[in-house]
Amino acid sequence: MSETAEVKVKEPLFSKKNKKLLTDPLNDDNPITIQVLGICSALAITVQVKQAFVMSVSVLAVMIFSNLIVSLMRNLIPSRVRIIVQLVIVAALVILVDQVLKAFVYDVSKQLSVFVGLIITNCIIMGRLEAFALANKPFPSILDAIGNAAGYGWILIVVAVFREFFGSGKLWGIQLIPQSFYEFGYFNNGLMILPPMALITVGIIIWVQRSRNTKLIESN
Amino acid sequence: MDVNKNSYIFGFSAILVIVVAAVLSFAAESLKPMQAENVRIEKMQNILTSVGIEATPSDAGELFDKYIIDQKLLSNKGLVVEQEGLSPFDIDAVKQYKDKNLTEDERYYPLFTFENEEGKKYIVPMAGKGLWGPIWGYVAFAEDMNTIVGSTFDHKTETPGLGAEIKEDFFTEKFIGKTIFEGSEFVSVEIVKGGQPWDSPHKVDGISGGTITSVGVGEMMERTLKVYVPFFKSTSKASL
Repeated sequence: MSETAEVKVKEPLFSKKNKKLLTDPLNDDNPITIQVLGICSALAITVQVKQAFVMSVSVLAVMIFSNLIVSLMRNLIPSRVRIIVQLVIVAALVILVDQVLKAFVYDVSKQLSVFVGLIITNCIIMGRLEAFALANKPFPSILDAIGNAAGYGWILIVVAVFREFFGSGKLWGIQLIPQSFYEFGYFNNGLMILPPMALITVGIIIWVQRSRNTKLIESN
Repeated sequence: MDVNKNSYIFGFSAILVIVVAAVLSFAAESLKPMQAENVRIEKMQNILTSVGIEATPSDAGELFDKYIIDQKLLSNKGLVVEQEGLSPFDIDAVKQYKDKNLTEDERYYPLFTFENEEGKKYIVPMAGKGLWGPIWGYVAFAEDMNTIVGSTFDHKTETPGLGAEIKEDFFTEKFIGKTIFEGSEFVSVEIVKGGQPWDSPHKVDGISGGTITSVGVGEMMERTLKVYVPFFKSTSKASL
């Protein structure tokens, strides 16, 4: 009797279930390609790798804290006003992050300026709060936040690599396509830096992912 | 405890909002001095960048004091004015541009004079609007007050990779050597789309995909520099 109770309480920190929380969003349950959340920011900020990276890190930070706070408060939040409560928490965190960045790392905060606002409206954060943090304990919620932010981040960075390389011949702001190519008549693809190409690139990633992993294909 | 009772919901919301407001206002107030100092340093860095001097946040103040030998305030008629308690450095061009309550007479236009061994340069701050929000910049002129010797632009919320590119060197460098007078007539510098003769001394190639921001830069220069024309004409040694 006491043994079963013991087992129930002491689930190992990285049990199979908890590991799944981390790894699933990277592939089989990716927030962008499978859950189709956060598409808006995936279009907006994947023109350059650096911005995509900074955005991913910021989303990671905001997600961890909002998931943690909501999970801690999950039994106190009245379900009728839960959405607005989540919104207040996320918005407060984002503003806090913005203020701290402005005071201590002004350069980074300047690059982030436009994205910080986007984090509040990022559907992934609200989605995970609704779907996970409201019904789970703090530790699994943190893992879920890390997993989803990473799943979001890698798609963002892959898309940004394509767009920056073909759109402006650079990666992380460093010119990679040599000048001699341009002299031979090579042109940067201007379409790559416009939003439609982000959607097409995400579409190609979804295509590759589903053809490799057939269980993801919906049957009609 | 029934968390769905109306009284609980009201109480919960009230406490949550008060706590959040307290945390945020405390953070904002306690970080304000550091943020204001960052903004001041950045302004010095921007002014110095427009004349080609790269300053780090730590030495910006020192370099600024060394090279900027004079700060003037111009009225909207382009005349030098003295205004009690108003330092040219403290004029916030963006705030002034956005403040619709100010009449034309109440707007002041700062001019910074830079001097090193090579001679004097004149730096004009300016502000305007891009696609999403304010843009601003500093344009430096040679002693003839006609030829642009450097510029720096910045923005609040332009699209990264598109309009936001106005702050990049490849864009600001295109302004070097351009002139704002044709003979003695003020023509400013126009930002144009590709395929046009931007080797003209008054035209600069804009940014593909950032047309509205590029046009905003052109509009900002034309509108601001126009104010300085009388001063430039009366002060310049070249015949304008």
